Amino acid sequence: MDDPTLTLDPEKLRTTVKGDALGDNLQELLVNMGPQHPSTHGVLRLLLHMEGEVVTDAVVHIGYLHRAMEKLCERRNYFQVIPLTDRNDYLCAMTNNQVYCQAVEKLMGLEVPDRAHFIRVIVMELNRIASHLIWLGTFALDLGAMSVFLYCFREREKILSFFEEICGARLTYSYMRIGGVPWDLPEGWGDRVRAFVEGFPGYLEENDQLLTGNEIFLSRTRGIGLLEPEVAVDYGCSGPTLRGSGVAYDVRKAEPYAVYDRLDFDVPVQHTQDCLGRYLVRVAEMRESCRLVRQSLDLLPAGDVMAKTPKTLRPAASEVYTRVESPRGVLGVYLVSDGTTSPYRLKWRAPSFSNLQAIPHMCRGWKIADVVAILGSIDVVLGDVDR
Amino acid sequence: MSVPAEEAIRQRYPDAIEDFRDAAGMPLLTVSGDSILTVCRQAKEELGFDFFDCLSGVDQKDRFEVVYHLWSTTRNESLLLKVILDHDEPVVDSATPVWVGADWHEREAYDLYGILFAGHPDLRRILLPDDFEGYPMRKDYLETD
Repeated sequence: MDDPTLTLDPEKLRTTVKGDALGDNLQELLVNMGPQHPSTHGVLRLLLHMEGEVVTDAVVHIGYLHRAMEKLCERRNYFQVIPLTDRNDYLCAMTNNQVYCQAVEKLMGLEVPDRAHFIRVIVMELNRIASHLIWLGTFALDLGAMSVFLYCFREREKILSFFEEICGARLTYSYMRIGGVPWDLPEGWGDRVRAFVEGFPGYLEENDQLLTGNEIFLSRTRGIGLLEPEVAVDYGCSGPTLRGSGVAYDVRKAEPYAVYDRLDFDVPVQHTQDCLGRYLVRVAEMRESCRLVRQSLDLLPAGDVMAKTPKTLRPAASEVYTRVESPRGVLGVYLVSDGTTSPYRLKWRAPSFSNLQAIPHMCRGWKIADVVAILGSIDVVLGDVDR
Repeated sequence: MSVPAEEAIRQRYPDAIEDFRDAAGMPLLTVSGDSILTVCRQAKEELGFDFFDCLSGVDQKDRFEVVYHLWSTTRNESLLLKVILDHDEPVVDSATPVWVGADWHEREAYDLYGILFAGHPDLRRILLPDDFEGYPMRKDYLETD
């Protein structure tokens, strides 16, 4: 880590190219990256303005995965919306379930039983680990570290099997219901999860050494893609993208939902503002998630897992805005009810949407190869962006 | 800091505030369309609402609503601002001079609702193709198969 060649001043690393340095006949080149480029993690198109190998501007084109989710929600009743929420940010369906159920519960004034709250925290934190593992694997893959990807998927499989046991699905869970969760945990599930979270930090340590002990990885991430804290806040960036810039904003601490106020955990922050900082924040977050799962299993009370919920939901005409911390940042729902059985308006505040908005700022002045690292470091999910 | 943000705005611009209510725990101020930019500036510069969380368009059939979801990193508080717009001519000042993050959110509201944001640097469709006709999130939009 302390190799002097790797501790260059980030400001000096940022390339500045003036027109006259390359002669007067310098031509701006437009390069299309995507929508089928593998490093765009879905279908995203970046139009890069290049001067030589240096990016002078980037124009982001989105919408390739737009499925009119918000319109569909207006055509369905409150219960039928839950399966749609899974498909927004398909890497963390549990958090999507949570934010929607939480919004309706707030609107209806429903009290969710404690046991359901703890179960929700356990599955959301496991989902956070699974989501960060996909990110870790693909981020490393983007930068040429092949083996990490396979190790990450091996660990993620275990989490998906836990989810399969509780709800039968491996990706689109629809596990939560308005008022709680539909089924209690299977026999012995808690012990198997406990064994997993006991062993996981050790695995993470090994994996971390593969990358933070790797000179290539460090030189591709350290000091690259700077995002200043005031700019990040101005754009509404959140999650590890914001915390990698030194702003300790985490909804779980700022506006505790479920039972996060009863659990002891830290919010990892890095002040380096670069790709490496965002990497370190996510790795530390996985360790914190393990702590949260362990504590929740210890505190898991007995009792019901569902509140008494009417068979037909007709919330009084009113509105609510609520948010949770998804693996990518602030995930919000603005729900307007008109007293009927369907939401009148359901707006998703998608973390990837706001984070992606800062990409042109982060890419300017960097080489085209760095764009791959920068895009990977904000962990964008296009289903979440386009909705 | 001791005065709640919604109170500070009401004292400063008594004529601009049309309504105040509590939206399940969050203060919601309805601001007149003429003063929204001034109120946004005060919210950011004096009251510390630096985090532009989100912007939502709502079609209420006889009117449009634009809701600004704000958060403050210094106060750790949320604030909702709402503007009511004419249904035939939905125009409101763009909040991009205050928060750069308003850019894409306003483009989305334009794309799906046809709400115009005066002073927006690049108001074009964002999720739908450029040649798409109509504004699909409007309640009177006719769906084609």
